[in-house]
Amino acid sequence: MALVRITSPHAQGQNRTASVMQSVLLATVPGVVVMTHFFGFGTLANILWGGLLALLFEACALKLRKRPLGFYLRDYSALVTSTLLCIALPPYAPWWLIVVGVGIAILLAKHLYGGLGYNPFNPAMVGYVVLLISFPVQMTAWAPPRGAGEVPGLLDAVQALFTPAAYDGVTMATPLDVLKQNNSLLIEDLWAANPQFGRWAGKGWEWVNMAFLAGGAWLLYKRIFTWHAPVAMLASLALMSALFYDGGSSASGGSPLFHLLSGATMFGAFFIVTDPVTSAVSLRGRLIYGALIGVLVYLIRVWGNYPDAIAFAVLIMNFAAPFIDHYTQPRTYGHSKPRDNSQGGES
Amino acid sequence: MRKIWDFHGGIHPPENKDQSLGEPIAPAGIPRMLTLPVSQHIGAPAIPVVEPGDQVLKGQQIAKARGPVSVPVHAPTSGTVVAVEPRPVAHPSGLTALCVVIEPDGEDRWIEHAGLADYTAEDKAALLERIRDAGIAGMGGAGFPAAVKLAGRPGAEIDTLIINGTECEPYITADDILMRERADQIVAGTLILKHLIAPGHTLIGIEDNKPEAIAAVRRACQGHDIEVVQFPTKYPSGGEKQLIEILTGRQVPSGGLPADIGVVCQNLGTTVAIHRAIAHGEPLISRVTTVTGEAVDQPRNYDTLLGTPMAWLLERAGYRAADNNRLVMGGPMMGFTVTSADVPVVKTTNCVLAPTEAELPTPPPAQACIRCGMCAEACPASLLPQQLFWFAQGQEHEKLEQHNLFDCIECGACAYVCPSSIPLVQYYRAAKAEIVQLRQDHERANHSRDRFEARQARLEREAAEKEAKRAARKKAAEERAKKAAESGDAQEDPIQAAIERAKAKKAAQASAPAGDSRDKLEADVAATRKRLEKAEAKLAEAREADDANIAAYENAVQKTRDKLQNAEAALAAAPAPDAPAASSSGDAAQDAIARALAARYAAAELSPEEKARADLEKLEARLAKTRTKLEESRSAGEQDKVIEALESTVVRLEDKIATVRQSVGMPAEAEAKNQGQTTDPAALAIERAKARRAGTGKSSESPKEVLERNREALNKKLTTTRERLAEAREAGDDTVVAFEMAEAKLADKLARVERELAELEEA
Amino acid sequence: MEFLQQQPLLAALLALVGLGAVFGALLGFAAVRFRTEGNPIADQINDILPQTQCGQCGFPGCRPYAEAIADGEAINKCPPGGETTIQELADLLDVEAIPLDEEHGEEKVRAVAYIREDECIGCTKCIQACPVDAILGAAKQMHTVITSECTGCDLCVEPCPVDCIDMIPEQTTVQSWRWGLPRPSTVNADIIATDAPQGQAA
Repeated sequence: MALVRITSPHAQGQNRTASVMQSVLLATVPGVVVMTHFFGFGTLANILWGGLLALLFEACALKLRKRPLGFYLRDYSALVTSTLLCIALPPYAPWWLIVVGVGIAILLAKHLYGGLGYNPFNPAMVGYVVLLISFPVQMTAWAPPRGAGEVPGLLDAVQALFTPAAYDGVTMATPLDVLKQNNSLLIEDLWAANPQFGRWAGKGWEWVNMAFLAGGAWLLYKRIFTWHAPVAMLASLALMSALFYDGGSSASGGSPLFHLLSGATMFGAFFIVTDPVTSAVSLRGRLIYGALIGVLVYLIRVWGNYPDAIAFAVLIMNFAAPFIDHYTQPRTYGHSKPRDNSQGGES
Repeated sequence: MRKIWDFHGGIHPPENKDQSLGEPIAPAGIPRMLTLPVSQHIGAPAIPVVEPGDQVLKGQQIAKARGPVSVPVHAPTSGTVVAVEPRPVAHPSGLTALCVVIEPDGEDRWIEHAGLADYTAEDKAALLERIRDAGIAGMGGAGFPAAVKLAGRPGAEIDTLIINGTECEPYITADDILMRERADQIVAGTLILKHLIAPGHTLIGIEDNKPEAIAAVRRACQGHDIEVVQFPTKYPSGGEKQLIEILTGRQVPSGGLPADIGVVCQNLGTTVAIHRAIAHGEPLISRVTTVTGEAVDQPRNYDTLLGTPMAWLLERAGYRAADNNRLVMGGPMMGFTVTSADVPVVKTTNCVLAPTEAELPTPPPAQACIRCGMCAEACPASLLPQQLFWFAQGQEHEKLEQHNLFDCIECGACAYVCPSSIPLVQYYRAAKAEIVQLRQDHERANHSRDRFEARQARLEREAAEKEAKRAARKKAAEERAKKAAESGDAQEDPIQAAIERAKAKKAAQASAPAGDSRDKLEADVAATRKRLEKAEAKLAEAREADDANIAAYENAVQKTRDKLQNAEAALAAAPAPDAPAASSSGDAAQDAIARALAARYAAAELSPEEKARADLEKLEARLAKTRTKLEESRSAGEQDKVIEALESTVVRLEDKIATVRQSVGMPAEAEAKNQGQTTDPAALAIERAKARRAGTGKSSESPKEVLERNREALNKKLTTTRERLAEAREAGDDTVVAFEMAEAKLADKLARVERELAELEEA
Repeated sequence: MEFLQQQPLLAALLALVGLGAVFGALLGFAAVRFRTEGNPIADQINDILPQTQCGQCGFPGCRPYAEAIADGEAINKCPPGGETTIQELADLLDVEAIPLDEEHGEEKVRAVAYIREDECIGCTKCIQACPVDAILGAAKQMHTVITSECTGCDLCVEPCPVDCIDMIPEQTTVQSWRWGLPRPSTVNADIIATDAPQGQAA
């Protein structure tokens, strides 16, 4: 073999972008399984349909940008985006909703900014927010969890996806919706009046959150990301809800446990907030980034217009990430203080 | 127990050290040829002091240090110097550098040398001198002259001496095995260093993955005030800055030296070399080098003579070239690839790594950075590699410096952990080089500007001085004139009158139009003749009167006669009004001057168009010459760059010709064809053929052929010079003199070459 | 007071004039107090130019060109500086970086003049041409170039009557060799600005 000239280092770690993405996909499995158990096959159908679309959109975008298809498709980033988006969408969403959502996520939020690594906003969350604002009816139609209503079967899921007009599913408000429109009831009364509340946070939802927590813990164990952002987010969310929890009055925002285990809290903490591209980079920066997301989530959930707030909170903090990075630079070896930030702003 | 600190970041790559630790150190033997680069250290390259053909003994100095930050080079064994020339060296560029090549005679005879029985009795400066003369430079990687490091800085108090036995790079075991087998030498060397520096503490730092080495060194250290410190294995804890932080908790300030915080750090191998230099008087001529990787059958450590080709070592270890995908000098994290196995082992070569493709795969194409931040976590200097990468891509140098690019130690931890396989280190290296280059350019530019401005100032000053002098002269003349006017007619002093007349005449001559030079010459001749007649008359008078002044008169007559002759010659040489080509009386130089003068008058009379035509002719001649030169250098197989330069000259000249032609209003194309290629096509074809032949058979050229080629080139040059001379003469250019000299010179050279050729043929 | 209240027009006028006076004074003070003691722009431009003094820009030296740029001359007329200089100038003057004007020559490897000494006839013409006094010699004596001072402007080549001056491009040695940026074929520079090149990597 001819001797080649390559720069050092000649050894390379085992870590690869594709394997990181695969691990993330794998870590969503427990959450998806539990969701399927409680809400039927709707989410699974969404994910499969969304995945197909994502690959298609990605291929089109690469073709238009004259990039090699195979090399970029194999990094799994498109699949991760679509899967995360589809988990966040209500089960039994119509097919076109997913087309629009995935299209916006891949084409608008990712490739228009230059593709993987260059997008300032989390593509899945951009897709979600655009859908939420454009199609509020479809986006708030959640199926009732097992135990509170009939769980649709696999066929129903396919029917709901492709012939939405013919599908007549049952929908039900989520616990977060109920809390939002609490009609001046005490928390306890709400709990008693609504079958969708479970033991702590909402029937099914507690388990879904636990499952995503488990997936996240596995990713942490695999060192796919650091603990800083998710832990900071959960901690600040818990702190906020504890601070403003007054024992269950009608104006109360819900208990810390309720906030931690309902809605998309765990999913957001471990799968959205940890997106490396759009978050702060330094460890201190990630602590700040996560904590601020937790605060924002609580603010929007309790005093904002939308029942759940992960997407908005994350997008707002995406804006702030470069700013946070700018002010949390580590002290370089041999320097007495962090580098002088007074000259010039972040580009 | 000493407190151990930790440094930020770091990684744990597979160590792969066991492979080469199975066997003890073996001597690598004396190879067929030793190639010793004169620059094996940081600082100025050494200056060779031997010539091809010289016999050298083992340990004899073959290149001497140049300046304070430099070390000499010694012959690793006895033999004959066969060449002092550029050879490929161990460098990532694959370029050549000056080397002394020695053919060993196999006798391995030492030069006379002796160690110091008791170094403690010796002066510190003398010991440092010995270390420097032994050619010792840091053997860990950078190759910084040891004596410079040990001399320290005035005022810097050293409280800690650290001997670096970390060897954190995977695969390398040279220091490990040195500690196992030669711990006593390490301790002896450390004691010398202690004596030199007199630190408060002396530490030997070793990673905890070398328990045997630790035990051996601990044993050897018994009874000495040396502390052996063991700390957790992590790459790159062997980096000087990192090791200092681990052992002392202090950080070397950015841009500073360890001495600034009271620490001196020396490599283990260097310590042993210092021991050998002081105790035995042996210069640094060999080192322990690890040969490892899956493409060798028996990885192990060799005691290698400096200058040994890598191929020789690899051969010893059972190298399978077919399995090897890249040859690395140094370790897998910071080593560099070499493109030939013939490059020699130098003072800093701690490892020769020959991995297989499966072992160290070729890096896959880089993907986009996903800002995962793993690099920032791994960075031992707490930098933000992803930001640096971003700025390096955009060549934002200011930002790079703001982000402390120059604190990067290029350890490769960031690239190791990068999930997108981005060659981060190369980006940093390139960016650093670019910034350094720009700084140098800037300095150079400032220097040039200063010189330019100084020159401008000088020219102005000179002009001003001239002006002042002229003004002064004018003023003096005016005053004199005034005085003369004042004293005026009253005085009838004949002398004064004569002076006045002479002046008036001169003034008249000066004010006469330049074109009347012939008239002037004629007047000159006439005047001189008159004077001569007068003088002769006077002489005759004097003779008759038998005056004492006869001798003086004779002298005057003689002088005047000479002058007359000169004036006549000048008149003859001067261009006749209707015959510009002057006769060739008088000497050549006079002649040339005359011609040049004539030409200038002619040129002055030329219309702008005619002038342009003359210019054009000159330019064309030059173009033709450049073309021939181009052909010559092509046929001589000159470097591409030279050829390019010539080509660009040709283009430039052609451009100029085109513009001139336009200004003259000549039809550009047709004539360009005719005039531009004065060399006829046949000659050109011959040239090309020659070039081809030269290209193919250049290496096997005999001296005779070289001479013949020389002669041809000279002939050609001579012809063109003659042509140009003729042209210049015709055009009456003032460069005629220059060309005549050039022609004479060329003719001389040609004669010499022909003589040599003839001698060669006789022989 | 009374009077002013009855004359609202006058009051308003007075107030405005008063405000104007106060702010004017303030601005005047600030202009004096916070005057920036920066280099005049031509000096800054001159600092960026490579100082080869080659005149390829059409001006007699770098300083005149710097002054011309300050007066609005195009920034792309300096071949020795090349793209780097243009970029720096563009940054300094906050204008668009434009490609090098080929009319004034193209960016070349840095070169150093070399006099073939046995052909030199000692005419001193090159000495007079050298803008930085980098050529040493006297009339009828052989000349030589002080390489470390030569800017590679090639102004000495033209005047030489015997064409004995060569511009020798600088050679890369082990000391001056530098790592370059990774070739784009091994990195997918994935920014929009570089979208044009085809068939990158994979």
